[in-house]
Amino acid sequence: MDALLLQILNGLDKGSAYALIALGLTLIFGTLGVVNFAHGALFMIGAFCSVTLNKILNLSTVTLDATQKDFLGNPLKVKTPYVESWFGEAAGQSIIDWSVPLAIIFAIPVMLAIGVIMERGLIKHFYKRPHADQILVTFGLAIVLQEVVKAFFGANPIQTPAPDALDGVMDLGGAIGLQLSYPVWRITYFFFAMAVIGGVFAFLRFTTFGMVVRAGMADRETVGLLGINIDKKFTIMFGIAAAVAGLAGVMYTPINPPNYHWGMDFLVLSFVVVVVGGMGSLPGAVLAGFLLGILESFASTTWATTTIPGINQIIIYLVAIIILLVRPRGLMGRAGVMEE
Amino acid sequence: MSILEVQNVNKSFGGLKALQNVNLKVEEGTIHAIIGPNGAGKSTLLNCFVGKLVPDTGSVTFDGQSLLQKKPHEINQMGVSRVFQTPEIFTDLTVFENVMIPCFAKRDGSFELNAWKPVTRESDIRERAEQMLIDVNMIDKRDMIASSMSRGDKRRLEMAMCLSQSPKLLLLDEPTAGMARADTESTIELLKEIQARLKITMAIIEHDMGVVFSLAQKISVLAQGTVIAEDLPDAIRSDPRVKEAYLGTAAED
Amino acid sequence: MLNLNQRDTGTFLFVIIITVLAPFVMNPFPTESAMAQFNAGYPDLMQRFVIFGIFAIGFNILFGLTGYLSFGHAAFLGVGSYAAVWMFKLLSYNIIPALVLSVIIAGIFSLFIGFLCLRRSGIYFSILTLAFAQMSFAIAYSVLSNPKFNLTNGETGLQVYADDIQLFKVENLTTPHLFGVKMNSTYELTLGAWDFQFNVGYYVSAVVMILMFYVSIRIFRSPFGLMLRAVKTNQTRLNYTGLNTRPYTLAAFVISGMYAGLAGGLLASMDPLAGAERMQWTASGEVVLMTILGGAGTLLGPVLGAGFIKYFENILSKINDNVLHAWFQYLPEWLENSLVWVLHWFTGKGWHLTLGLLFMIIVIFLPGGLMDGANRIREAIRGRKAKKNAKTPAE
Repeated sequence: MDALLLQILNGLDKGSAYALIALGLTLIFGTLGVVNFAHGALFMIGAFCSVTLNKILNLSTVTLDATQKDFLGNPLKVKTPYVESWFGEAAGQSIIDWSVPLAIIFAIPVMLAIGVIMERGLIKHFYKRPHADQILVTFGLAIVLQEVVKAFFGANPIQTPAPDALDGVMDLGGAIGLQLSYPVWRITYFFFAMAVIGGVFAFLRFTTFGMVVRAGMADRETVGLLGINIDKKFTIMFGIAAAVAGLAGVMYTPINPPNYHWGMDFLVLSFVVVVVGGMGSLPGAVLAGFLLGILESFASTTWATTTIPGINQIIIYLVAIIILLVRPRGLMGRAGVMEE
Repeated sequence: MSILEVQNVNKSFGGLKALQNVNLKVEEGTIHAIIGPNGAGKSTLLNCFVGKLVPDTGSVTFDGQSLLQKKPHEINQMGVSRVFQTPEIFTDLTVFENVMIPCFAKRDGSFELNAWKPVTRESDIRERAEQMLIDVNMIDKRDMIASSMSRGDKRRLEMAMCLSQSPKLLLLDEPTAGMARADTESTIELLKEIQARLKITMAIIEHDMGVVFSLAQKISVLAQGTVIAEDLPDAIRSDPRVKEAYLGTAAED
Repeated sequence: MLNLNQRDTGTFLFVIIITVLAPFVMNPFPTESAMAQFNAGYPDLMQRFVIFGIFAIGFNILFGLTGYLSFGHAAFLGVGSYAAVWMFKLLSYNIIPALVLSVIIAGIFSLFIGFLCLRRSGIYFSILTLAFAQMSFAIAYSVLSNPKFNLTNGETGLQVYADDIQLFKVENLTTPHLFGVKMNSTYELTLGAWDFQFNVGYYVSAVVMILMFYVSIRIFRSPFGLMLRAVKTNQTRLNYTGLNTRPYTLAAFVISGMYAGLAGGLLASMDPLAGAERMQWTASGEVVLMTILGGAGTLLGPVLGAGFIKYFENILSKINDNVLHAWFQYLPEWLENSLVWVLHWFTGKGWHLTLGLLFMIIVIFLPGGLMDGANRIREAIRGRKAKKNAKTPAE
């Protein structure tokens, strides 16, 4: 029982990431009719926003402290981050400590801008081109983005720690009499993801803007005929999808140190998530994201990997094949969307 | 003898009953028109003939064989060709290639891994396709890319593609829709000529009354998903039920 | 000739001449000259030209004719390599059984994947092939590489060891060979300042590529090829013309998979090693790029594209900062440094960035590829001439 719950919990963080990326993919596909192969790269860029902020906050002045000596007997070089000298030592340190959550504020405008520039500068010109061209150009863009990040940050994963307060392990099972210790940050990530997903759904549900976008997803031409400038709304939607992917990346960094090829790693799995959930279905994307994340976590147990070595790496694909054969439209897909 | 028989066909989409107890017989060698106001179920019925839709209940038989559960390409191989409302042709290929493809389908069936012999050596197919282009008066456009032709020519090409298979039944979905008067007349002439020369059975779905009465030997009137009359053109013309159902709505248009 | 029309015969002869004379054509610069680093006439690179040419020719049969964009063809390349190395391990270093098995295995594999993926078309097809390729990669990398059942030897890569069975082992033949003629033997010819290398492996691969190119011409010009082009244009009409699209696309998929398998087998025959990274999505993306760069749907395009990409991959990744500094040393220092700084991004390890940019530029500006570009230039010249001719009588 404990082990079962633990595996479900373990799947939640990866599942959250899948769900957030798949949500953005579905939004873009539903509104613009474009499959964005660079969407994984946006997740990766988000993660590197967090890395960048961490680096910026750690920029330091170097002073020589004559009272202390290093091991060669020279005066010790002391690094003082600028934020510490500006805001005082305690405040500065906690700012640095909280750099990952702070990166959210930093990442939102950056990701929105990247998304809008991408849509206006590139994707827009591909609406009327064949699907193959859309795939190819976003694929090329994904390579470019990943290589640029590699050139700046190197090929090795970069550690970005969570704030101390959220870094420990907490006991979740106490209340129900079970032994369940679980990293605090992962719980945080799950709730963060739920909040973002809830925010996106609420936005689509309760605002006029969202209503138009949903109508556009159902029938683009008709909405266009109503004289609503749907293109502008879709540009903003692309920005939002980029921001959602970016935020998923920002907050994921303490769970796993980011590296430049995250983009493609997560993209392929998120595509599978979208296919399993049902192309064009937002709730389907979220549901499938969590389901597959949990499934992957079960497949990663020692029991599973000793029975079938490497099962954790292919389980998602196997499920996708079965879904495809048994229920081609996906878990929550509309009839006809994925069946031809 | 009837070549196409529709018996008690029902089809509904959600709550909408598109077809209710439709019965229809198309006699061999005739031109049979199916008319009716907008939303009467004409297109739904046609889609049931070609395998795009499957009726909920009832039967559709062609040449004594059931068409239910058959795929479009199987139905075509049985001898049913279809002309679409907006011409469906191979826009990237030349006119000649467009006509060769149905000839291959007629000769080799629905799939043939004929990957070695060059098309240029398939003399029987080439002769047949060339003859067809001469017949429809398009031989001068032989090497044009199909997408660069006028709409009228595209329709003519589609007709040629269907005819090159010598179908037993030719289904035409509003063959003159959106055509200029002159084009409409030449299409009518073409169809009449084909019918006289090749004796192909045709079922036409049509809006244009002029076209219907100058072509059809028999007319079925469809209204609100049911056949309200099936008779010779003159009888249909004077049938009060038809006037009520058809002209009544037509006047509103 | 050979049942080809005049134009195709010309194209075919052109390919034969270029491949046969490649050791000369690819080595235009004297060995000692500064330009020698742009020479491509060494065995390793020339082998890659023709082997990836085969890969791209096969991919073009699927993508160029039917328009089905597969992102998973590297899986078949990898499978072919594994099959070939296993033949080396079990039978002998003779490449014939290795190539035969790699084609067969890749064929079976692509039949299976194609059957599943071709249930969908368009973007769904691309996504599915990508997922399958990544799954194959994961399977090769970890699932089939464990102490109980080691088929792929995981990260290390599959290779031949001294204690392998090798039923028909021949002494003294410890590298891949064709009935005793070793793939890695090279004849060097020195003419004045030039060195030319004639490598057995290259010529074996070249002959295979020429044969495969011929097969692809025949497929392009056959009724089957016509049907595949019709699939790309209008599937609805094809269905209502009595043709079943599924077996046509599946046949094209399997044929292109077998081409990929053959290419994989040849790669292993040149260097008897097979690794999972050959199956990754980057490798699939590369063959897509080769095909569209050269011109999808044209005969010659994929061959040119493969040569182009492999050439620049090799040459650009060799150019490091030292080479760049050497080039620009005669310039003022600030200019030298800034030029090196700019080019540094795109050369050496930055080659992948160039690749990605190239991808975007080609898709955005020249979706018809190099062949289309050449045609446009030709037409522009002809158009200007025609204008001139039209003007003359008027004046």
